Amino acid sequence: MAKRIGIEVSIALAEAVKLCNVDVIAAYPITPQTHIVEHLSELVADGSLDAEFVPVESEHSAMSCCCGSSAAGARTFTATSAQGLSLMSEILYIASPMRLPIVMVVANRAMSAPISIWNDHQDIMVQKDVGWIQTFAENGQEAVDLLIHAFRVAEDRKVSLPAIVNIDGFTLSHVIEPIEIPDQEDVDKFLPPFKPKYRLDPRKPITMGPVGIPEIYFESKIATNEALKASKKVILKAWKEFEEIFGRKYEPIDAYRTEDAEVLLVTMGSISETAMTAVDVMRDKGQKVGLLKIRLWRPFPIQEFRKAVGKTPILAVVDRHLSLGGVCSPVASELKTLYYKVPSAPKIFDFITGLGGRDVTVEHFEEIVDKAKSFAKRRPKDYYHYIGGREK
Amino acid sequence: MKEVRIHGRGGQGGVTSAELVAIAAIEEGRYAQAFPSFGPERRGAPVQAFIRVSDNPIRTREKVYHPDIVVVLDSSLPALVNVAEGIKDDGIIILNSANSESQIREEFGLKTKLALVDANTIAREVLGLPITNTTMLGALLKATGIVGIEAVEEALEKRFGKLAPKNKDAMKRAYEETVIYEAS
Repeated sequence: MAKRIGIEVSIALAEAVKLCNVDVIAAYPITPQTHIVEHLSELVADGSLDAEFVPVESEHSAMSCCCGSSAAGARTFTATSAQGLSLMSEILYIASPMRLPIVMVVANRAMSAPISIWNDHQDIMVQKDVGWIQTFAENGQEAVDLLIHAFRVAEDRKVSLPAIVNIDGFTLSHVIEPIEIPDQEDVDKFLPPFKPKYRLDPRKPITMGPVGIPEIYFESKIATNEALKASKKVILKAWKEFEEIFGRKYEPIDAYRTEDAEVLLVTMGSISETAMTAVDVMRDKGQKVGLLKIRLWRPFPIQEFRKAVGKTPILAVVDRHLSLGGVCSPVASELKTLYYKVPSAPKIFDFITGLGGRDVTVEHFEEIVDKAKSFAKRRPKDYYHYIGGREK
Repeated sequence: MKEVRIHGRGGQGGVTSAELVAIAAIEEGRYAQAFPSFGPERRGAPVQAFIRVSDNPIRTREKVYHPDIVVVLDSSLPALVNVAEGIKDDGIIILNSANSESQIREEFGLKTKLALVDANTIAREVLGLPITNTTMLGALLKATGIVGIEAVEEALEKRFGKLAPKNKDAMKRAYEETVIYEAS
């Protein structure tokens, strides 16, 4: 029986990587790195995890190494944050069309400058279009569960795509909290050995990642996109099986107290927990407020999101990213596109908050809901609104 | 839910003591969070760590603004930082100090309930080092009962191995010697 223990989320993730019996971990071991990789290097060094640990000289090399090992048929893991993810960016685009099921944890952090090591979603939001499956964890338990789920989905032959599990840097990665570490036996039941359809093998040579001349490049991109969209089916099925084995249920969109809601907050990541408390506070005051938590970000769960919104008239979207010079930020932008010219579409307002580790509080969510309600009556002149930031 | 803020100096083990309390509370079947104040780590500089303990799942990622309990590991800190900042009216400040209650109240203007223990002396005598994080855990447990002493002893054993017995002794001695004073 799996035991619930107090453990740092990063350490729990490393233990979960071990439970997934990875073959190769390639990572840059210095800032911006977390204890995930540090603990994995210990597990490999003390012999409790039989894997290759490759401490490379940069994140660019980390992801390059991951591509090579995954192409050779090795179950491969890495982790990074912030500028480290940016340095990987070039290779992120290579992993997905090459259909390499690498799994990565990104401890989401702000992008310098000014130099920041604190949490927001600016690092990952600029990588939203790289063709990786992407989920966002609300707490440590979910991070562990989504990681195990990520290997299962990524390596499914119907999917064969890399996957990122996003956890909030510091706010999750450095917190000690109760987590049930699954039993090895259950993980083995859920996650079969990695058997790729094609792999680099000198005895059966194949070419992977050749030139895509204009006659084939377009189709290759379409194929990756179709595979990513189709992965949702496998993601849902794997979550169902996960629930049967581990007893914890996951869905692409989590709805919290949405019944008869006039305003729905839309959040991603660990601020969703504070948002639930804020919804309780506002409901106690008689306000009709609910919450939608986006767990699956890529592929975006269009039908599930629409169903969860139902006939709610107002969406207050909380973005942890600032799209410099843009119309609004990525999450709101996506949702506005989703509802463009849809009859009886909700009014959607974009709130930018919690950049660079600025705390996001219950009061902030109350302010967001108040503003969204007043904007619904009188259209604001701005396309997005800062919450909790001094503008002067 | 009880919220705790620990004041220490970088390298004094404030984060470790926060972790030990959270691990112990979770071991008791309750819910807890422990986290450091996220900043550039500087040895010797004033730093903070936080704990939340609750009988129900904790649904917040906010910082701790209004602690029920403040623990001060280093006797020089109250002169430098406002250790009473944001504390609840019925909160308690647990200080490492060899001074008397009246001296402390007068010097730092503290009005809340206080718990005092000379942790420097205990740590020097028992551990041979003026590192007070585990010693001050004894004062925290005595003054608040936030978590059972057995669960913390177990967490200490897992964390410190061979060094656990001395740390347990320091904690237990502080538990005995801590004196609690009602709000003035």
